[in-house]
Amino acid sequence: MTARLLHGVPRHALVMLAILFAALVFAPLYANDYLLTTLIVILYFAYTGQAWNILMGFAGQLSLGHALYVGLGAYAAAALYVHFGAGPWLGMPVAILISVACGAVIGFLAFRFGVAGVYFAILTIAFAEFARIGFDHFTFVGGSAGLFLPVANYARNDLWLLRGAPAMFYYVILAFTVFGFVLCHALLRSRLGYYWQAIREDEEAARSLGINTFRYKMIAIVISAAMTAPAGVFYAFYYNNLFPEQTFFILRSIEIILGPIIGGIGTLFGPIIGAFLISGLAEVLQELLTWFGFDPPGAKRVFYGLCLLVVVMVLPHGIWPPLARLLRLDGARGKANGTPGS
Amino acid sequence: MPVEIYLNVAVSGLLTGLVYGLMALGLSVIFGVVRVVNFAHGEMMTIAMYLAVVLFANYQLDPLVMMLPLAALLFVLGYALQAALINPFIARPEHSQFMLLLAIAIIIVNGLLIAFGPDARNVQATYSFDSFLLGPLIVDATKVYAGGAAVLAAAALFAFFRYAPLGKAIRACADNYTGALVIGLNVKRLYALTFGIGAACVGAAGSILTLLIDVTPPLGPAYTLLAFVIVITGGLGSMPGALLGGVLIGVTEALAGLFFTPSAKSMFAFAILVLVLLFRPQGILGKAPS
Amino acid sequence: MSGLLDVSAVAKNFSGLRAVADVSFSVQSGEIFAVIGPNGAGKTTLFNMIAGVFAPDAGEIIFDGARIDGMTPDAVCRRGIGRTFQLVRPFPALTVEENVMVGALLRRSDLAAALRRAHEVLWRLDLFDKRAQPASALTLPDRKRLEVARALATEPKLLLLDEVMAGLRPTETDRMVEILRRINKETGLTILLIEHVMRAVMSLASRVLVLHHGAAIAEGTPEIVVREPAVVQSYLGAEAV
Repeated sequence: MTARLLHGVPRHALVMLAILFAALVFAPLYANDYLLTTLIVILYFAYTGQAWNILMGFAGQLSLGHALYVGLGAYAAAALYVHFGAGPWLGMPVAILISVACGAVIGFLAFRFGVAGVYFAILTIAFAEFARIGFDHFTFVGGSAGLFLPVANYARNDLWLLRGAPAMFYYVILAFTVFGFVLCHALLRSRLGYYWQAIREDEEAARSLGINTFRYKMIAIVISAAMTAPAGVFYAFYYNNLFPEQTFFILRSIEIILGPIIGGIGTLFGPIIGAFLISGLAEVLQELLTWFGFDPPGAKRVFYGLCLLVVVMVLPHGIWPPLARLLRLDGARGKANGTPGS
Repeated sequence: MPVEIYLNVAVSGLLTGLVYGLMALGLSVIFGVVRVVNFAHGEMMTIAMYLAVVLFANYQLDPLVMMLPLAALLFVLGYALQAALINPFIARPEHSQFMLLLAIAIIIVNGLLIAFGPDARNVQATYSFDSFLLGPLIVDATKVYAGGAAVLAAAALFAFFRYAPLGKAIRACADNYTGALVIGLNVKRLYALTFGIGAACVGAAGSILTLLIDVTPPLGPAYTLLAFVIVITGGLGSMPGALLGGVLIGVTEALAGLFFTPSAKSMFAFAILVLVLLFRPQGILGKAPS
Repeated sequence: MSGLLDVSAVAKNFSGLRAVADVSFSVQSGEIFAVIGPNGAGKTTLFNMIAGVFAPDAGEIIFDGARIDGMTPDAVCRRGIGRTFQLVRPFPALTVEENVMVGALLRRSDLAAALRRAHEVLWRLDLFDKRAQPASALTLPDRKRLEVARALATEPKLLLLDEVMAGLRPTETDRMVEILRRINKETGLTILLIEHVMRAVMSLASRVLVLHHGAAIAEGTPEIVVREPAVVQSYLGAEAV
């Protein structure tokens, strides 16, 4: 199976990937805590961006409420820990199940009733908002006052309960991101990937080729939700507090989509590059501003907005396609193409 | 609870709903004619609201009076936005437009946050605590004035689209883009004009709304969403639909706040949205899809 | 007489307008059957009913022994009917090869097998050399051939071609006719086509059905049909042939 995944990928691409991977794996050795924390945030968005990209970039359905799946995953795992002492790895299957169920409901309602495009996007926003308000009244998980995870003061790292130093969290999220990347790569090169892209490009034409578009769109939203839930579990155990107002807030959903849009929707590397760019640049901006003595709330977000604006106007397909051409990687095309030996 | 309370709450909701309707009217015009998904609709309204607050705080200018100037100002803003940024996006795929306006929305919300901070602001006019007595009903004066102003603005808009040559030209554009081009209408300019008109609506609505609610930067996205709910519920492309949707949402919210907790009232708006999208996507007064 | 495709007394109304009224015909396995007629005659409506885009208001459509009227387009395709669109609909961001792969994946879930099938079809349609180009970069004649290739890759028993010659120059039309004739002869694929280009109809079709105002006004071999007075009057004009 590894051979199939590696087939058709040019040598210099693999070399670059290997270098990048090595740099990331050895990061805790040379990075200070601040850089490590930033990298954790970057990888978190690289991972969630990839999950969102499956639904939007591959299958063409715009979801603006992905924070719903993060939040559900986070609350599920956190509640199990706080009330029953179950560790995050035990909570994860439950988190995934709940997210998947929600995604399936949204998908069924939307796809069965022909809710597409902008309307679908608004529907996803509505569900996320519904959760935000609903969880405010959900006292079992703390309601609007929030849910707090007990933080024990261990000197050592506890991988089972996800309590420990930033380096531990870093490796966990790195593993997630790598897993996500491999999964997306495999999906693209499968029948599923081809069918999704056909649906994205022209749903009616896809149907004329025998594709049951309802089924494949459902598969897309379910996989996307399932992949997003673990990010929520990570979020819960990393930040140790959850508030419905923050966790399900529409800005969270927007943060998830910034990376893939800037990097390139539908591409393999887009979400990752985008996450690095946007978070990296945002940190640089923050540093610059504090250096000059400003610390306005919302400055980082204005910056996000400007980035988004520039990208949408100048590079509508994101940064990855021109970058890939520069690096002569479009033969292998980190883009949506899985043709072996073409 | 006695019936009067329900009635009071319902009437109050209706009046507020008329203002919502005016805001949504702007979106209906923009979405219906230019077919742009104005995801920055609520954010534009918050600009108007903050301006109204500042004008009142510094110069004691009543928001109802400032309704017209602010509408004019927002008109210019909307026109410029469409002409400069949005026009090239008309032919682009939907999600591209969405992202563009989302970017603009993010910039506006956080720009306002930087400029005004996160604290709530509002306007307390001299008549803010007056009320009218109509039989068993006790209605806030501000709500009555607000509702009345909204109706006037909406009526002016209807008249414009019905009778003014420019208004008819805009409707022609909406009905048949190519046809409009063929008969020599400057469609780009008309689009910019329409966006401007839509922005003027939120300018007016925003100005009025400062009398009724507190303004904070995150209000923008909340009202964008509300505007979409109203327009979709009332019916895309139907101006009376926008007002009807606004009233419906206003009343539902008010009554939901009474029966359940106030914070749950938006859940009802969303529930209505989901139901409409599923069972009658063209909305109450909209045309069925061909 | 029952054939691969039997259309019986099929009718369709749109808001009171009768688009197709009581049309019946049979297409035999292995033949090339053409439907012609003036614009608005109901040809595409007929096609859309066979392809599953919408159901007929009356009548039956039987394909390969089973009723297919009312089935969804993807179900119809899985049954063995491929179709092209009048206004071509390639998947723009995908390459020519990937476009055809999507079709081939219907019957061959293994990617390597699907790729082989895709290459076979690309050779037949003379598109193999352009297989790595994005579909959006193709000229119209190439797009038309891509549309056919993609539908062909689903290994249909019946291929519905909706005005596939429209917009092609005579040399390109001849090329397409030659390709279709060869496929029909070598694989026995049944073809049902809507056409306005009489040159193609005369050289391809073994039988022709003429529609006018939603009703069938003539059916038979091309030579006979084009001489029928009703057909000449309503559609062809005296100098057409």
